Amino acid sequence: MAKRIDVSGLSAFYGTHKAIDDISMTVEPRSVTAFIGPSGCGKSTFLRTLNRMHEVTPGGRVEGKVMLDDENLYGQGVDPVAVRRTVGMVFQRPNPFPTMSIFDNVAAGLRLNGSYKKSELNDVVERSLKGANLWNEVKDRLNKPGSGLSGGQQQRLCIARAIAVEPQVLLMDEPCSALDPISTLAIEDLIGELKERFTIVIVTHNMQQAARVSDRTAFFNLAAVGQPGKLVEIDDTDRIFSNPSVQATEDYISGRFG
Amino acid sequence: MSHALQDPRPVKPRSSAPSSLTRGGLPRWAPAAIAALSALLGAGIGAVAGLESRMQWGLIAALLFVGITYTASSVVENRRQAKDRVATSLVWVCFLLAVVPLLSLLGVTIARGIKVLDGYFLSHSMAGVAGFAPGGGVYHALLGTIEQVLLATAIAAPIGLLTAVYLVEYGRGRLAKAVTFFVDVMTGIPSIVAGLFILTTWTLMLEQGPSGFAGSLALSILMMPVVVRSTEEMLKLVPNELREASLALGVPKWRTILKVVLPTAIGGISTGVMLAVARIAGETAPIMLLVFGNPLINDNPFEGAQSSLPLYIWEQYKVGSEDSFDRAWAAALVLIAFVMILNLVARGIARWKAPKTGR
Amino acid sequence: MASTTPTQMDTAPPVVSGARSTGRAGDKIFSGLSKGSGILLLTIMASIAVFLTYRATLALSENEGNFLTTFDWNATGNPPVFGIAVLLYGTVVSSIIAMVIAVPIAVGIALFISHYAPRKLAGPLAYVVDLLAAVPSIVYGIWGALFLVPYLGGLTSWLNQYLSFTYIFDKTQVGVDRSLFTVGILLAIMILPIVTSVSREVFLQVPRMNEEAALALGATRWEVIRMSVLPFGRSGVISASMLGLGRALGETMAVATVLSPSFLISGHLLDPGGGTFAQNIAAKFDEANEFGRDALIASGLVLFLLTLLVNGAARMIIARRKEYSGANA
Repeated sequence: MAKRIDVSGLSAFYGTHKAIDDISMTVEPRSVTAFIGPSGCGKSTFLRTLNRMHEVTPGGRVEGKVMLDDENLYGQGVDPVAVRRTVGMVFQRPNPFPTMSIFDNVAAGLRLNGSYKKSELNDVVERSLKGANLWNEVKDRLNKPGSGLSGGQQQRLCIARAIAVEPQVLLMDEPCSALDPISTLAIEDLIGELKERFTIVIVTHNMQQAARVSDRTAFFNLAAVGQPGKLVEIDDTDRIFSNPSVQATEDYISGRFG
Repeated sequence: MSHALQDPRPVKPRSSAPSSLTRGGLPRWAPAAIAALSALLGAGIGAVAGLESRMQWGLIAALLFVGITYTASSVVENRRQAKDRVATSLVWVCFLLAVVPLLSLLGVTIARGIKVLDGYFLSHSMAGVAGFAPGGGVYHALLGTIEQVLLATAIAAPIGLLTAVYLVEYGRGRLAKAVTFFVDVMTGIPSIVAGLFILTTWTLMLEQGPSGFAGSLALSILMMPVVVRSTEEMLKLVPNELREASLALGVPKWRTILKVVLPTAIGGISTGVMLAVARIAGETAPIMLLVFGNPLINDNPFEGAQSSLPLYIWEQYKVGSEDSFDRAWAAALVLIAFVMILNLVARGIARWKAPKTGR
Repeated sequence: MASTTPTQMDTAPPVVSGARSTGRAGDKIFSGLSKGSGILLLTIMASIAVFLTYRATLALSENEGNFLTTFDWNATGNPPVFGIAVLLYGTVVSSIIAMVIAVPIAVGIALFISHYAPRKLAGPLAYVVDLLAAVPSIVYGIWGALFLVPYLGGLTSWLNQYLSFTYIFDKTQVGVDRSLFTVGILLAIMILPIVTSVSREVFLQVPRMNEEAALALGATRWEVIRMSVLPFGRSGVISASMLGLGRALGETMAVATVLSPSFLISGHLLDPGGGTFAQNIAAKFDEANEFGRDALIASGLVLFLLTLLVNGAARMIIARRKEYSGANA
């Protein structure tokens, strides 16, 4: 199931603007890695390079290597569509398909990849919704539109949709920033369960959240506005929050900037 | 403008070790190659089967292109990719289908219109020229069009402008909603119905004879909703801070609108008015009902029948001789040039006067 | 109206968002003028309906035929006999042909501009499509009659040869293609721009995050469009099509130049003949006496109501969509 991500020498551009510069890191399978850093430091951009979503932005371009176990995502002949199927993503704002029912939302990814029997689909949808801790809340209204759910439920629906296709890696781009504290807690609990099965990378603005959910934490920073973002350090979360090896990390964590 | 989903296709397929992420892919030049092949085959099949219409050749080529693309992609890639490629080619075909008639229309009009279009044609009327005979010109029609359009603008522009001001600056409640809705509906009134309306009131009830002015009345009905709509859009773009700043200085609201709001939006408003003018300049039906047509020069739009460019084209077309067709094409060329120049100037103003946002 | 409270003093702080003016005479006049213009527009719309109805009743009271079912237009005869059956049929059929051809192509072009074309090309392309809309209908008319009609010979004989079993493509009369089918093709070209530009606007409004949701699931570009763009844009495309339909129903000159009219209803679309409301008015107006004009006005009234219905429905759909998407924004 879960795979290791090995990034080396990765830079990303918007047109001629360099957004992130020369990043190398390793993300262990079946763990949660959190990206923290001030706004504009490129952590979301970096996240989007991990499933080739960066290049759908007009002008988006990437240099460097991202190895998923032993395959380079940016190698020759690699199909971005297959990459995105293997590396799932959850976005900042919940984005269920507004015209689809709850059931169809979860089944959407499967239906893309071939025809399934109704019973198979039922199984996968139930399993995914249970996996996202949403099953009990929606099992009686699977045919209702997904947009009728609360924000937190919608976000868990999006997680269910992402895990339904059994990806190797799950990327989360500030998944709780649009949610209330109780929904946030529900998602954080869920992340703890999901890491048994997936490699999880989460971008967050909230340092407490990073401390709560992640095993390892990467701190990104930028020298000045307009400069590309860089990886300052990546280490076990405990160490980053207690005894970071770089001064800037400590300044950021203790609230001196950002 | 577009947010094209830019999915660069993998550069070189095959050969790399098989894995879950790679797949067989058509090379990047494949669509171009298939297009060239289908064009050749289309022309070949068309020529062999003795089909005369180039349109059919094109259709055959387009069908071949879609078919070959689907088959090739299904074999080398997979069915999802094949569908994606077919969708892409269909979208391209749709676009080409739209460009072909435009180019053809412009090409044909220019090629046939240029034949008799010269200084003489532009400066003479049809006085003393029999319909089927060569000679004659378009001066009287051009003059009529300009006068009628100017009059229509003089009526419609102020009314349209004030209505837009009402909707944006004053309008609240039911009346404003009704006006908004009916302005939209009015945009869709067929020009011949506007003509019939002026016919019932001006001609039949007030018993006025045909005149350029009667035509202007009908044209102004067609023009008003267009002016309202575009002016409304422009006024809405004026930032509220400007209004507040002026009002806070104690300037009364009407002066604020006249001195601050309208000048800020003037570029966009004039663009909208000119586009509306371009639209009514080509209207034939109401002119036919109300202005009647006249082979002679009549420079008084308030008295007696006049001609106009669109009506002139229609009349020359109806005569049905080679010479009258030539005149019809030449007049069509003049009309298109007239409308296009208005369009270009309007868009030029829009670009030049575009409100500069801080970003 | 702007509630002009006369007691309010000049020095009173102006209320920005409200419609209250400072009470000066200038304000009264100006707001009165602008409100008056709005009312004038409504009055024009109302009087179009009233006057056309009045003249129409004059004609209808003398009509010896059945206005709805008579297959003839002899309003100047004695007794006058006229009916709109053929016109209604021709108007609706030619417009439907136009829609069947134009809507899919317009959606394709709109998608091309919004999602397929290279970014630098998208703007100019949209402009080119708008130019199509600026060409006057009479020019389309003579282009259709003198250029398109001869060119369509190949297509129609092909349709006749292979699809004549469908009845509608069975060409029973020899002759040039001045048929409802040709009119439909020409109308399709004419309504392409409006359908395209409205659809394009809707497609461009699809929230980025809806598209990314599909992309992140591993959807191809076409699948993104099918999952996110088309469902979002559906109502917009419907109303765009109805706006186009409104145009097609009322088009005069392009039909008058291309069609060779007759007062027959035929299911064979490739046969010359038939007529539309607008075309009939243009063709019969010159020879009509006052009563004949009233009869034509009666048919114009039906056309007016028809376009009113179609345009009103289109606008309602757009308005409802705006509320809907506004609530979700």
